[in-house]
Amino acid sequence: MTVEILGGENYITAVLCGELDHHTAAAAREIIDARLERGTPALCIIDMAGISFMDSSGIGLILGRKRVAEGYGGRVMIKNPSRCAEKVIKLSGLQSMVLTEKQEKSMKKEQKK
Amino acid sequence: MKTINSLKMTFPALSRNEAVIRSCVAAFAAQVDPTIEEISDIRSAVSEAVTNSIVHGYKDGAGEIAVTLKLTEDNCLYIKISDKGCGIEDVEKAMEPLFTTAPEGERAGLGFAVMEAFTDDLKVRSAVGKGTSVTMKKKISSRYE
Repeated sequence: MTVEILGGENYITAVLCGELDHHTAAAAREIIDARLERGTPALCIIDMAGISFMDSSGIGLILGRKRVAEGYGGRVMIKNPSRCAEKVIKLSGLQSMVLTEKQEKSMKKEQKK
Repeated sequence: MKTINSLKMTFPALSRNEAVIRSCVAAFAAQVDPTIEEISDIRSAVSEAVTNSIVHGYKDGAGEIAVTLKLTEDNCLYIKISDKGCGIEDVEKAMEPLFTTAPEGERAGLGFAVMEAFTDDLKVRSAVGKGTSVTMKKKISSRYE
């Protein structure tokens, strides 16, 4: 499991790659939280395209980051969940946190401004 | 139903073994050519059961997790994951979606919900102070019939 944080001040993307379970979620949590607490970005996007395995620990990770971000007025969204990630996200009822194509397009426009 | 293959394994209850155990179960299941979707479901369900044993069953210390696999003639995989941990006081309550006794550990309370949704049958037996065993059944589609 690797975590790469991209982006600038207001808007970051945490790119997760590999298997997300209880064991690997702990390290991912530390890395993302360190960045959230340092920069308090308004929007944190968790990119889940590279997730090759996920169980409910992934849901714990998403909800935990949501709690941290909302604590300072920020927001967390999910981007491109892989098939296995999407299945668990659907089961947990978190689909509303997944960015739609339309939202992504308008965000890209927003960034160009 | 006649058993055509079986496997018993034990592992120390370490979180690094979550990945090891689900991979072992997937390798055993591979002999009946499951679909990618079926393998993915099995891996997730196994991971939830193993994580429960580690996070809840053995919250007070080390222990062992036993995994028993059985494949029957009708292409059903039976997966039993048991621990000798603290046990569950109220199994029905523990199985309710979103119920968790470890929110500080960022557990979503969805372990049993995933096991239930991703397998065809789930049985949980538990005794306080003695341990918990989870038995799941997954029917593997026969693609060559």
